[in-house]
Amino acid sequence: MNAAPMVALVGNPNAGKSALFNALTGARQKVGNYPGVTVERHSGRLALPDGRPVELVDLPGAYSLDPGSPDERVTRNVLMGTQIGERRPDALIVVVDASNLDNHLRFTLQLIALGLPVVVALNMVDLAERDGLVLDPAILSEALGVPVVSTVAVRRRGIEALKEHVGAMISGGARAKVPEESAAVEDIVAVQRRARSIAIATTVSETPTRRWTHALDSIALHPLWGMILLATILFLMFQAVFSWATIPADAIDAGFGALGAAITAQLGDGFIQSLLVDGVIAGVGAVLVFLPQILILFLFILLLEASGYMVRAAFLMDQVMASVGLSGRAFIPLLSSFACAVPGIMATRTIEDEKDRLTTILIAPLMTCSARLPVYTLIISALIPNTPVLPFIGLQGVVMFALYVFGVVGAFAAAFFLRKTVTQGASSGFMMEMPKYQLPRLRDVAQGLRSRAEIFLRRAGTIILYSTVALWLLLSFPKPPVGSPVSPVNYSIAGRIANGLAVVLKPIGFDRDIALALIPAMAAREVAVAALGTVYAIDNPDGGVGQKALAANLQKRWSLPTALAFLMWFVFAPQCISTIAVTRRETNSWRWPAFMVGYLFALAYIAAGATYWAAIALGL
Amino acid sequence: MPDPVSLEKLPLRQHATVAAIDWARLAIPESRRLRELGFDEGVHVEVLHRARLGGGPIACRVGRMTVALRRGVAGAILVAPLAG
Repeated sequence: MNAAPMVALVGNPNAGKSALFNALTGARQKVGNYPGVTVERHSGRLALPDGRPVELVDLPGAYSLDPGSPDERVTRNVLMGTQIGERRPDALIVVVDASNLDNHLRFTLQLIALGLPVVVALNMVDLAERDGLVLDPAILSEALGVPVVSTVAVRRRGIEALKEHVGAMISGGARAKVPEESAAVEDIVAVQRRARSIAIATTVSETPTRRWTHALDSIALHPLWGMILLATILFLMFQAVFSWATIPADAIDAGFGALGAAITAQLGDGFIQSLLVDGVIAGVGAVLVFLPQILILFLFILLLEASGYMVRAAFLMDQVMASVGLSGRAFIPLLSSFACAVPGIMATRTIEDEKDRLTTILIAPLMTCSARLPVYTLIISALIPNTPVLPFIGLQGVVMFALYVFGVVGAFAAAFFLRKTVTQGASSGFMMEMPKYQLPRLRDVAQGLRSRAEIFLRRAGTIILYSTVALWLLLSFPKPPVGSPVSPVNYSIAGRIANGLAVVLKPIGFDRDIALALIPAMAAREVAVAALGTVYAIDNPDGGVGQKALAANLQKRWSLPTALAFLMWFVFAPQCISTIAVTRRETNSWRWPAFMVGYLFALAYIAAGATYWAAIALGL
Repeated sequence: MPDPVSLEKLPLRQHATVAAIDWARLAIPESRRLRELGFDEGVHVEVLHRARLGGGPIACRVGRMTVALRRGVAGAILVAPLAG
């Protein structure tokens, strides 16, 4: 693969680059990371008509070579050959949106000035034609001095012609010249004017048509109807997460239960059996159950992004976000954080203002991510009575909803105070291109879902597997001598650590067992459920295992104030190694992840304590 | 030709061309992004949507692109409405 020539796909955001990338490479794609930054590196193998392989890299969309965001910086560095761990491309495919020529040609001119062999893909010509725009690629090619191919990536039009040009470029042996400094710093206004005159020359005819994007926007951006539409979409999204996921989740749960039973039947009780069933299967199974929920949430987010609606949501939310010192752009990462804070924090890369981006990163973990659901569901179903509050609405549902609201309110309050103190700065701006609405392509969405599922499974297979096995070991050893009055858990290493921690947690209503569950939950929140199960199972081996036994244990051992305090703790506590790690990478320092962990633990302690004592005062 | 007004005040659907941009009122990253999105003297603009009567952003057409802007930035863009 390394010997193959490398060709980079580059262009403005919304030029249809990813669809073209998918059309050129098919399923032969790899998603990785550029070293040192979390910008994703999409690469794939492109087979030329004569069979030669080419490595195609899809660079992040950019408006110019003057980087405004971390994404754009990667694009610039790769093109300049200064990105660590990446070769300089041998040739470029510059993607331009045919209906947005005057704007996209400016970046094209800058790219041609780099001196690399270039072919221009005049993409989405079908949409331009629908808008009444007729273009002449030959005039464009002559004005730019490089070949131009008309393409419709989603219908695979022009793909073969494009491949032939790529073949010609890499056989031409044209050596990449080191860019002259003047090319990069050329006066942007002059380039813009030249781009516009080329666009005018290329345009054969233009019939103004009332675009349907405008008609849709009249509703989507309407002060009242737009808000109702947004609320409806969000409601449907969460409804889907909770109801559609039940069937596949139950199937996964049953599968792991059967697997555990089969292993026990094969091996009988013993060390290996306990390690596999109580450690590996109980731990990893407890987490994999949430794969359907996470995928449904991501499906919605990918669809909202691919259709162009997400930017409209950002537009509607800008004023609300501005009231706490954020920009409408922060809405997108925060919404993704309801699935998982890790991709949410990664999505902040498109926020240009540094302080704005940092604030968004710091509050993202407060959005109720899907890893909290197992904890919430277990505690609520075991300890909150489902007394009807209103017709069709039970107390359990109200408590669940309240936990989501606490997260959001907490996040906004935190943003407000952070913007006044540690991330103080000029109020951030909001300036965004609003792409045309598009029907999302099934294949592109499926590709996105697949890579999300892979990331999640890798996480379940590593961090969560190791931490549950480690907890099992710490809980199982050393074993108390036969006849000792000390329980196995108290005698174990983990029990001794937790006994120390319990002193600090006692004022907020947490006992030794809860302290014990919180330690491994540092790796990931959902581990708390598996950990409680393991703690009670090892402490009382005859009590049975599984959700029912665990719920019975909780009802026997926990008071209502403790349960409420525990839920509040999980609204705020930063119990997720992946989030801390991604914050470290995105902020490029230990300072901000340390700050985040500190302020969130402080909030968790205060909120849990206040809840505990308030509940006791109310006689609950 | 009617007197120039700020883009913030331009009535909905009224076609106009950019007469002048008060770059001094804008932060450096803001003015860079504004140029990158195609704002320049002489460019055709039109306000398509306003988020609400308060201080929400506006969506405007510039060239063939739709761009969302905050009102403060739109206030720095002076436009000359076109007749008809």
